[in-house]
Amino acid sequence: MLRNGQAGVVGERAWKWGRVPEHPGFRNMSRSYVPHFIHWLGSPPNFYRFAGNVRPWLMAAALVCAVIGLYGGLVLAPPDYQQGDAYRIIFIHVPSAWMSLFIYAAMAIAGLVALVWRVKLAEVIAMECAPIGAAFTLITLLTGSLWGKPMWGTWWTWGARLTSELVLFFLYLGVIGLYNAFEDRRRGARAASLLALVGIVNLPIVHYSVVWWNTLHQGSTVNLFGHSSIAPSMLWPLLVMALATHLYFFASILGRARTGLLSLESGKQWVRQLVTDTSR
Amino acid sequence: MTQFFAMGGYAVYVWPAYAVFFIVLAWDWFAPALRRRRLTRQLRGRIARERTRSARAARAEVTT
Repeated sequence: MLRNGQAGVVGERAWKWGRVPEHPGFRNMSRSYVPHFIHWLGSPPNFYRFAGNVRPWLMAAALVCAVIGLYGGLVLAPPDYQQGDAYRIIFIHVPSAWMSLFIYAAMAIAGLVALVWRVKLAEVIAMECAPIGAAFTLITLLTGSLWGKPMWGTWWTWGARLTSELVLFFLYLGVIGLYNAFEDRRRGARAASLLALVGIVNLPIVHYSVVWWNTLHQGSTVNLFGHSSIAPSMLWPLLVMALATHLYFFASILGRARTGLLSLESGKQWVRQLVTDTSR
Repeated sequence: MTQFFAMGGYAVYVWPAYAVFFIVLAWDWFAPALRRRRLTRQLRGRIARERTRSARAARAEVTT
């Protein structure tokens, strides 16, 4: 197993900007407009090692942010003047809802790259985004339900926001299902990427649903570019939790993509070497 | 402390919501690790089988 600082088959430290790696595949890329780092990272063994090095740091940062955000949200922030302490569900509900949209966009972009350039790594990332996105969408739906019961008196209504979020959940499940329906996983990934791209029309519907339709769901209280109608003592834990969920997502997708690459490239020499080396 | 856990009477809604958050994300974090362990075990088995097969074939060639 290669460790940090040890020279490997893939050109140690080649991902530094401005340096052409010794890897044979990079001979003709010195004039490319795409940074060398992106090219370097597109190669599965390089990505595998890079992701393995970065991932623990992202997860550690996510945990630190979560502890700070939860302390701020559950302990420091005062109760809401209307909703009492029930509003504290916001600190997980809203970041999860943001993530459900963000991950869908990430999946669709990776899917587009997979469809247009047929990059294997992009296929893997697009397909591994789907379970994480589905997890965050499920959290959004369940925590929303637990918040709706005491505030609206019902677990569920077929309002625009709730229904479009449920559609988002089914879109994620559709992408996962379509991917698994193919014998050839690379073809499956491309087919599911197309579905992900078509489903992107649902994103503005989810986002603007509280504006376009009258619904039981409350409107946005956080505005990135203007005045937020939420008290600062409640806003900062919310934003820290949003940061935590983003960091978590990047840690999770890197780990899942590593496993996905290992599975997809299982016949390749680098995987065989890796698997046999770590057995001791 | 009990006041904190009571959540102003909304404890039955707030804490299950947080439980859902952490349980679902724990699943997301640990499921790939299990998949990965299964995969490496399979791969190791396949490589070991290939090795014994090729070794046996080499021995067979020597004896005949």
